[in-house]
Amino acid sequence: MKLITHNMLTSNIIKGVTKGFPLIIAPTKVEVKEVDFNPDFVNKMLTKIDYPALYQAANSVGHGEGLPEQLGDDVKDNTDLLKALHNAMLQVEVIEGDLVCPESGRKFPIANGIPNMLLLENEVET
Amino acid sequence: MAKAFCSMKRKELEAFLQDVDGFDKPKVLLEQYPTTPHIAACMLHTVASTFDDLAGKSVADLGVGCGILAIGAEMLGASYVLGIDIDEDALSVCANNLEEFEMTNVDLLKANVRHLARCSELASRLQGKFDTVVMNPPFGTKHNQGIDVDFLQTGLKLSSNALYSLHKSSTREHILKKAQSWGVEATVLAELRYNLDNTLKFHKKKSVDIDVDFIRLVHTQDSLHRQKDMLS
Repeated sequence: MKLITHNMLTSNIIKGVTKGFPLIIAPTKVEVKEVDFNPDFVNKMLTKIDYPALYQAANSVGHGEGLPEQLGDDVKDNTDLLKALHNAMLQVEVIEGDLVCPESGRKFPIANGIPNMLLLENEVET
Repeated sequence: MAKAFCSMKRKELEAFLQDVDGFDKPKVLLEQYPTTPHIAACMLHTVASTFDDLAGKSVADLGVGCGILAIGAEMLGASYVLGIDIDEDALSVCANNLEEFEMTNVDLLKANVRHLARCSELASRLQGKFDTVVMNPPFGTKHNQGIDVDFLQTGLKLSSNALYSLHKSSTREHILKKAQSWGVEATVLAELRYNLDNTLKFHKKKSVDIDVDFIRLVHTQDSLHRQKDMLS
């Protein structure tokens, strides 16, 4: 699971959970896989992601290197920063571990890099 | 590696996709018809060359199965692909394919596409995060009536622009009517013949040809507004 994917997941699909974001990451195995760097893509995705959640996620898996707590206005042409963001969004992958719902504590296991967000029928909001 | 393939010809893409492993044991209930390398290459080549909807884009593949569309999308330059499927076995074949092909831009998620469509907070997190959605959804003809339309609706939520999908030609009128009611523009780009070998047990004949439409749905100002309203 890449952290860009984590940025889009919530557990509020569970009955009774209102926000469920961001999911807590409890990793047991993290890898960094090389992905081609595309500054335009990183800039575009920055307008779509929740940066505080990305910052928190990257630090929680031990890969917050080069990320500022808050993003300033100078991101667009700052290649070093864009590379750090590219790394956090696309290259850092949680291979094994759990995602944990911040409200209910429900765990969603990550196995072989794939988070399992399937719920039992009786857990689902209808 | 993806960049080198951006201008790849359809035939070359198809040849590469021949090596994507298919389902070990296709599941009837999930309508796991394999997307053939030919059909995948036809779809993706059109998406990339006619509409420029792959290179440098964020792409979702709903019902990713063994990953042939996701892999092809990365080959044609997609920057990030998220493949979603409900089936563990399919995802495990897909993960192996990604490793074989050294595809590092594709991420996988095990989830129920029908649930994703239902919940507004989840939908708002996912909404519009993808430039392009590609999919070969279940036809919704066996035990899953309406699942094809659920996939379309979820796909439209995820996409900020265009959605490409395959549907039985016999359902064309129904699908086009649905698209109209959502305020999106729908175009049938091509009619393809889907040759299903006798892979699923209930098929009595040796192989069956099914006519499918390759459809493109695009958001309009109107449909984007409606989605926003639904969430607020």
